[in-house]
Amino acid sequence: MAKTLFDKIWDAHVVSQKSGFPDVLYIDTHFIHEVTSPQAFEGLRKRNIPVFRPGQTKATADHNVPTINQHLPIKENLSRLQVEMLTKNCTEFGIDLYGLGHPFQGIVHVIGPELGLTLPGMTIVCGDSHTSTHGAFGCIAFGIGTSEVEEVLATQCLLQQKPPCMKIEVNGKLQKGVLSKDIILHIISKIGSAGGTGYFVEYAGDTIKNLSMEARMTICNMSIEMGARGGLIAPDETTITYIKDREFTPTGNKWTQLLDHINSLQSDNDAHYDKVLQFNAEDIAPMITYGTNPGMGTAISESIPDFSGIPEKEHYSFQKSLNYMGLEAGKSLSGKSIDYVFIGSCTNSRIEDLRLVAEFVKGKTKSEHVTAWIVPGSKQVMEQAIAEGLDSILASAGFELREPGCSACLAMNEDKIPPGKYCVSTSNRNFEGRQGPNSRTFLASPLTAAAAAISGKIVDVREFID
Amino acid sequence: MVPINMENIDTDQIIPARFLKSTIREGFGENLFRDWRFTETGEMREEFPLNNPLYKGKILVAGKNFGCGSSREHAAWALADYGFEVVISSFFADIFKGNALNNGLLPIQVSEDFLQTLFSLIDQNPETLLEADLETQTVKIEKLGLTEKFEIDPYKKTCLLNGYDDIDFILAQTSQIATYESGRNYSY
Repeated sequence: MAKTLFDKIWDAHVVSQKSGFPDVLYIDTHFIHEVTSPQAFEGLRKRNIPVFRPGQTKATADHNVPTINQHLPIKENLSRLQVEMLTKNCTEFGIDLYGLGHPFQGIVHVIGPELGLTLPGMTIVCGDSHTSTHGAFGCIAFGIGTSEVEEVLATQCLLQQKPPCMKIEVNGKLQKGVLSKDIILHIISKIGSAGGTGYFVEYAGDTIKNLSMEARMTICNMSIEMGARGGLIAPDETTITYIKDREFTPTGNKWTQLLDHINSLQSDNDAHYDKVLQFNAEDIAPMITYGTNPGMGTAISESIPDFSGIPEKEHYSFQKSLNYMGLEAGKSLSGKSIDYVFIGSCTNSRIEDLRLVAEFVKGKTKSEHVTAWIVPGSKQVMEQAIAEGLDSILASAGFELREPGCSACLAMNEDKIPPGKYCVSTSNRNFEGRQGPNSRTFLASPLTAAAAAISGKIVDVREFID
Repeated sequence: MVPINMENIDTDQIIPARFLKSTIREGFGENLFRDWRFTETGEMREEFPLNNPLYKGKILVAGKNFGCGSSREHAAWALADYGFEVVISSFFADIFKGNALNNGLLPIQVSEDFLQTLFSLIDQNPETLLEADLETQTVKIEKLGLTEKFEIDPYKKTCLLNGYDDIDFILAQTSQIATYESGRNYSY
């Protein structure tokens, strides 16, 4: 029977199947971080059991770490204790940790791919919903809760019902100034923040094929923002070029075998999908969100919807969102003054993002009233940016290049947007209070964010590009 | 019942990120819906249903796509720690649903129509009593003769009723895991 790529990877990881029970699914790689793992280790202690396959779990500290002076002890007490707890747990249970100060440290979904820990055909989980990022390599990768983190530590498996699979095809040529972030914000704005719930998504089509790995990761990263558990893209030459010669990528015979294996990782031509959606790249313009969930987005060249475009029973939630954001239905966002720009997070903090921003701001200066933070996704991204001289370009433009971590994406550390202030952010969520209590978030691409920093307001980046 | 007639309630609202620094499972109830319950200066927002003394009980009723966003299990811990045993909605986000079931918090999915009926019944009489029964998979309002069936994964139902979990289930088959590992086509 013809199979989708998702079917093939899933079926190859089923350890046991029993009618009336979920599948026991084998997990190849498990990532952990300081926030969602302590209670899982505590659970192991209570059960008095070890980590089943400690070599297949890798740890880093990212959610809660400061992004300045990382060489000094963490000032905030609870954050420091949580990071210390991770170190203690990794030592006790024999898990490799890339903690603060380690050359591999960084946001978990940035370091996995850049270290070659994320490889095509794998199953990957982490106690973080943006684990879907790794799907860009042709993996089944999804976020899990802490009880499931404990389950994977204890057994290297997860009990899971196989979800249905949806194909999202994007074809055509992207307009200038439109990035993969705009593609995914466009898709989510069309299908809504629950439009993918229950599904696993395969992204396909020539537009997707022509994207770099970094750009593909941005798309898969935000699968969860339409409710999907994960999203994946079939591996190809772009994937192979990216993973080759990375720190933990196999070499010699093992590499040749991996290449053979990758050849088999394609959906069959006549494979059945439970749902298929199609989009034209030409229809996608630079996007921005105006509300308090990622589905509330629009092209910058268009306006916030008015009430006539919203089902009546959603009017209350819609109005509440706009009140929170201090915006009006039916109005354009173009020209709206902003206070902060945050370029970072597991969505857009990779070297390609930093290069794009640096290229755009070179010779320009940020608007005086804007604070612009760039938080690289990892130590390696930071080192690379410095080696390429991006740091001085960014500094001359008035941007502050900080040290790696999740930072203002979820504002668990001290990088918070103050109450009432507007931030154009390359992160993934615009929920109320996400970037700090009463902060207001506009999600956008790195180019749109850079343009906003320079102009001091929301602008259509195409105005800058000939 | 406590009604929150809002759609897309994300886990950042249920428990904001700044309260995720604890390393134990207990105590999150205190900060449940923190920024909807209290102002920045710590004053109670009287209009929020959790602060309304008319609404009581162990059942939270909320709009569709409840629990979307972050995978933080702390959201389920916070709801349970606060005292909720059941959440009723017309639609749950996947990860939240799994987390709730793994913590003995029962997510009950009902039709949108039934959910709207519940909201208006609570509106008319905040003391409306609803009974949820896992065994028979029904919710009912006895006084009005209103009954609705709900679906639940049969395996998860057995776990909830018997108090065992996924780890117990998988640990019973570690030899099969080893067999799987040695017999794979491509092993990473």
